[in-house]
Amino acid sequence: MSDFGVVLLPSTAAALRSEKVLQQANLQIRLIPVPRELSSNCGIAVRFTWVDRDDVEAALARAQVDYEAILPL
Amino acid sequence: MIYLDHAATSWPKLPEVLQAMTGFLERAGGNPGRSGHRLSIDAGRIVYETRELLAQLLGAPDPLRVVLTPNVTYALNIAMLGLLNPVTDRVVTTGIEHNSVMRPLRALEAQGLELVVVPCGPDGQLDMEAMQEALLPGARLVVASHASNVMGTLLPVGEIAELAHAVGALLLVDAAQTAGVIPIDAPALGIDLLAFTGHKGLLGPPGTGGLIIAPELDPSVIRPILSGGTGSRSEEERQPEMLPDRLEFGTGNGPGVAGLGAGVQHLLDYGVDAVRAHECALTQRMLDGLGKIPSVTMYGPLDVERRTATVSLRIEGHSVSEVGWRLDEDFGVLSRVGLHCAPAAHRTLGTFPEGTVRLAAGLSNTEADIDVAIGAIREIASA
Repeated sequence: MSDFGVVLLPSTAAALRSEKVLQQANLQIRLIPVPRELSSNCGIAVRFTWVDRDDVEAALARAQVDYEAILPL
Repeated sequence: MIYLDHAATSWPKLPEVLQAMTGFLERAGGNPGRSGHRLSIDAGRIVYETRELLAQLLGAPDPLRVVLTPNVTYALNIAMLGLLNPVTDRVVTTGIEHNSVMRPLRALEAQGLELVVVPCGPDGQLDMEAMQEALLPGARLVVASHASNVMGTLLPVGEIAELAHAVGALLLVDAAQTAGVIPIDAPALGIDLLAFTGHKGLLGPPGTGGLIIAPELDPSVIRPILSGGTGSRSEEERQPEMLPDRLEFGTGNGPGVAGLGAGVQHLLDYGVDAVRAHECALTQRMLDGLGKIPSVTMYGPLDVERRTATVSLRIEGHSVSEVGWRLDEDFGVLSRVGLHCAPAAHRTLGTFPEGTVRLAAGLSNTEADIDVAIGAIREIASA
């Protein structure tokens, strides 16, 4: 397993909202094209460092961003 | 030249609005939300930022519930045609609505919708007792302008929301004339659906607008009136359920949305309260000056707190088209004459079918502009 995880989101707007929310929480993240082996409804996903998983979940929950899944890359 | 047609579209556009538009085309030219490469993501970020700015300005808690449309007419149609079942539903609206509200409602009425138009007084004030009475049998939706595009009268949308909600109806507000010039807090006012245009008080370019959907409203009750590409759920051949994609169809107006974002950012920096104070001062000056010309009839409330800067008038013995032409040709004052796409409002005023001369000041106008306009009207009236 790599050191990264990915947040899958239902729309581009939701992905961009997640990017902003997670950056504001000082988390190291990057928007990436959704890996084709993972199914998603949107073309871009948020990649984060897997050790930050709990912080990512908490930040998204605080901002009430609906996501589809959080998976290891 | 003195531009007094801000109720039609605000002008001149700010340099930062133009820069944002060209910047979008020069540097962020990808298709927002369609691809994963950097230009697509950059474009998507600009569009998303505009949603956030609009949400901040208009009090929407969730930027994903800011649906972007080509204009307020699309937003109103998406809301009304998507929400209403003409066979079973009842709708209440007001006597000062624009054709962007009346035409879709009349089209639905022809399909069986029960439509009640609550009258407004001679200065456009809504008869709230008649509104309450009209709502007694219940309704699916109340549609109300926040302000008249003809004579500037503000409607008490917060009070209308209370009456609507008391009978289980939703409230759709047409904020074409007020977004950016009157402070709006959609949740505090109880507005379920807020339709706005980008090119008037929000200072953006034409081809922009949107619909803000309250957090409590289940988006599945609004059927998408169009469908098509969204960049999301591409494996499914039906429109996605989540907002904003559910109600955004095909590639949007990226450069326009970028310009709109710059306009809204300007308003957030400058303050809508400051815009309102500026426009109230100009309106007071206009009303005071025009009020001294005996042959001028003004329409709409004389209290500036109850109106926008849009002033409608007629000069006895002069047709509105003649007045508009002379204002432009002889004085360089740009007005709009006629029915202003709002025959219902002109019937309310008693100015149908000829209409009125409309002088609509905006953020870019000065007191000196108003004085020139008053002088021009005085001179035309004395001839």
